[in-house]
Amino acid sequence: MRSIWRTLDRGLARDIALVCLADAVVGVSFGAITVSSGLPLWLPMLLSLVVFAGAAQFMFVGLVASGGNPIAAVVAGLLVNARHLPFGFAVGDVLGDRWARRIVGSHLMIDETVAFALAQRDAERRRAAYWACGVGLFVCWNVGVVLGAFGGTVVADTDAFGLDAAFPAVLLALVLPSLRDQATRRAALAGVVIALATAPFLPAGVPVLLALAGVLVSFVGKQAEPAEKAKEAAS
Amino acid sequence: MISAATLIVAAVVLGAGTFAFRFAGPVLRARVELSPRVEKLMAVAAVTLLAALVATAALLDGHEFVGFARPAGVAVGGLLAWRKAPFVVVVLAAAATAAILRLLGVP
Repeated sequence: MRSIWRTLDRGLARDIALVCLADAVVGVSFGAITVSSGLPLWLPMLLSLVVFAGAAQFMFVGLVASGGNPIAAVVAGLLVNARHLPFGFAVGDVLGDRWARRIVGSHLMIDETVAFALAQRDAERRRAAYWACGVGLFVCWNVGVVLGAFGGTVVADTDAFGLDAAFPAVLLALVLPSLRDQATRRAALAGVVIALATAPFLPAGVPVLLALAGVLVSFVGKQAEPAEKAKEAAS
Repeated sequence: MISAATLIVAAVVLGAGTFAFRFAGPVLRARVELSPRVEKLMAVAAVTLLAALVATAALLDGHEFVGFARPAGVAVGGLLAWRKAPFVVVVLAAAATAAILRLLGVP
């Protein structure tokens, strides 16, 4: 673990700290909203410890608080979280071979940790970014939720601070360097189009999963090029 | 009102299912030797997912258009990131843009 802190330069540590801080504020609002909607005090804390995925937690609490079926709330949360399966294939190597690390590291896998890891060039920095972001977010998110659950409706509306714009911007800034690669850019663009076109009709989480079909588009495009060249050469 | 026991079971099942999604990738990929081509493909898949998340989170609230303040904030952040502005500037500018637009009455 010590090597992680040595690899982490000040700039990366500062970036991660900023995201952790913003996440803590959203955690406060999650705790406050859950309790003020009439659900028990322990529920936001339990969810944040065992689920640790903001979007799915808000979805679950929203459905349960409005009198929805708890099974439907679990299914909705699972749909939102299914994207972690492909995430795990992409960043699984940063967790190492030891089972304890693999288990803990898997639980820390969320959009921000994956994005921070993917944005690093070498393996050492990928690992450092993943663990620092994961541990930092887990602590900040849970502390925030506890404060919010006990503190009431202090920061119920994080939209007033523009935090709802900050989180997509975080992911966008981390993903941009990867988009310099043409095949990646083509896949991402196709994925975005698919997700936006299907989002008005499908349950949350599904459009983002369907975006994976965008990967095929880039793949097919790549296959077609040599084929076309061969055709040109033949003619 | 739903009973406490039901809520605990539901939260734990959601947590366990989420963990299964998270754990499957690292475990399965450790068992098979992956070609660099497949490794690249999985990185592309993750970037594609994140890009789709950015787009849907920036533009939509559930099934509907979220209003102009949020996408404007994300766009300002994206533009600054593209111009290689520091990460902190990107994030704060995105939040500030959305917050100021809302203060001005933009939805």
